[in-house]
Amino acid sequence: MGSVGAKEIPELLNAEGRRIDGRRLDELRPISMKVGALTRADGSAFVEWGENKVMAAVYGPREVHPRHLMQTSKAIIQCRYNMAAFSVDERKRPGQDRRSQEISKVITEAFESVVFTEEFPKTSIDIYIEVLQANAGTRCAGLIAASLALADAGIPMADLVASVAVGKVAGRIALDLKKEEDNFGEADMPLALVPQSGRLVLIQMEGHMTRDELREALDLGTKGCRDIYERMRQALRARYDVPAGAPAQGVMA
Amino acid sequence: MGNDQGPRHRGRDRGGKPPHSEPKVLVLPGDEIPDRGLQPGFGTYRVGKRLFASVMGYATWREPFVRIVPFAGRYVPKPHDVIVGVVQDVQKTFYLLDIDASRWAPLHTSGTPWEPGPGELDQYLRIGDAVLVAVENLDATGKIGVTMKGEDLGKLSGGTLVTISPAKIPRVIGKGGSMIHTITRLTGTRVAVGQNGRIWVEGPAEGIHRVRECLRIIEEEGQRPGLTERIEGFLQMTGPTDETGPRDPSSEPVDRTRPDRFDEGSSPSDDDPGRAPPRPDIPQNETNEGEGPWEA
Repeated sequence: MGSVGAKEIPELLNAEGRRIDGRRLDELRPISMKVGALTRADGSAFVEWGENKVMAAVYGPREVHPRHLMQTSKAIIQCRYNMAAFSVDERKRPGQDRRSQEISKVITEAFESVVFTEEFPKTSIDIYIEVLQANAGTRCAGLIAASLALADAGIPMADLVASVAVGKVAGRIALDLKKEEDNFGEADMPLALVPQSGRLVLIQMEGHMTRDELREALDLGTKGCRDIYERMRQALRARYDVPAGAPAQGVMA
Repeated sequence: MGNDQGPRHRGRDRGGKPPHSEPKVLVLPGDEIPDRGLQPGFGTYRVGKRLFASVMGYATWREPFVRIVPFAGRYVPKPHDVIVGVVQDVQKTFYLLDIDASRWAPLHTSGTPWEPGPGELDQYLRIGDAVLVAVENLDATGKIGVTMKGEDLGKLSGGTLVTISPAKIPRVIGKGGSMIHTITRLTGTRVAVGQNGRIWVEGPAEGIHRVRECLRIIEEEGQRPGLTERIEGFLQMTGPTDETGPRDPSSEPVDRTRPDRFDEGSSPSDDDPGRAPPRPDIPQNETNEGEGPWEA
């Protein structure tokens, strides 16, 4: 929040239906993904999404530390979401706080529903998500990066997980909120979708929506996730120099 | 093999023709793949009658399985694989080895040539020591039993470890050992190749460096044809090994934590340039088998 809070509430939606950064209501911010950004991790990915910059690294399956967390029938997934002190305007106190613990937990649970953990009993799959620059929607960006990193690490899973936030801005449902919209909008709802089965594996909401608005938001979010999913698949293929096929459908700036 | 991958779903329209000339089909987790009447193999899963990929890689249809050849992933142990492990822990009756698989592998004293009493295991191996072992048994819980009993198995003294992707190991060995033979011949080194992607290299520092370069090339360009020739060209271009000066064993740090007190006198005459190259297909081990110099 910091300095933004001191200003007047900006005009979030202008007369032409354009948002604060010129996007339409159903438009994503520009996004780019690089799979295999780190050499020492088993799998890794770097995602830039609007003004978000997020790095994810995956290690494992490997020995469980501490040992008492070990499960005899399956692998455990340990995820740490962390925001760098310099990732926001006002310096963030470094280390885990209640917010990052919550995000780590919901991301872990999202992946537990797609990763085939039973194939690796008594092991741990460790996911590290580092937010280097934040501008709303970092848990979604982190989830995408982690999903790509898991695929890069060769960990078997039912599908990639795609994620995006939807919200309510100036009374309208909008896709992929940026910071000002998140701060001054009426609602923010991050989603994570398993596109192939159509299951939602993460849904949270802050603020208020009517029932009809929620329905509209879910539709818009699902569509956004599918766009993101296609971009993720291209990024994975690009890692092995496979032609990416058709260019992105109008989401890239 | 050797083919460029076609468009991603080319395999779908093709008839049930058996593999070999098959173009490789790239799949990502969640992609539906046709089973062509075969059983689901590695990297696949079923939902009802439909078959999907669970890892990224090339789909292959070869009796009796549809399987995915993965691009990445940890080493998956198979019985009789010869692998390089690094001691991570010394217990009362066994060692725990990191073998780059999903779990550490216990090496019991019964699988070693030594008979230490309880608590005497650290007289033979210590944390950080590298050993050449074979996978002996795999149980349903995922435990990986390894043994040091077998030809050429044992402690790896001196030398250094290089880690590459386990998927590239067949390329490192080459057809009938051609690749590894070429590398050892032209660099004057001795090499033990572990199926888990760990490669132990011993010899003159400069030779080790060139082996490292070769392995990097193999890992990056392993899928292209004519690799052995290119490696041979690379090694000849970078010049023959100069093995005149006495080798400085300390110039290449060994991947472990302490100098080895069993090294003295146990290594063969390393600075003899006329030494016959080791057998390429079999991992070499310089230390003696059985009742070796350890039984002091």
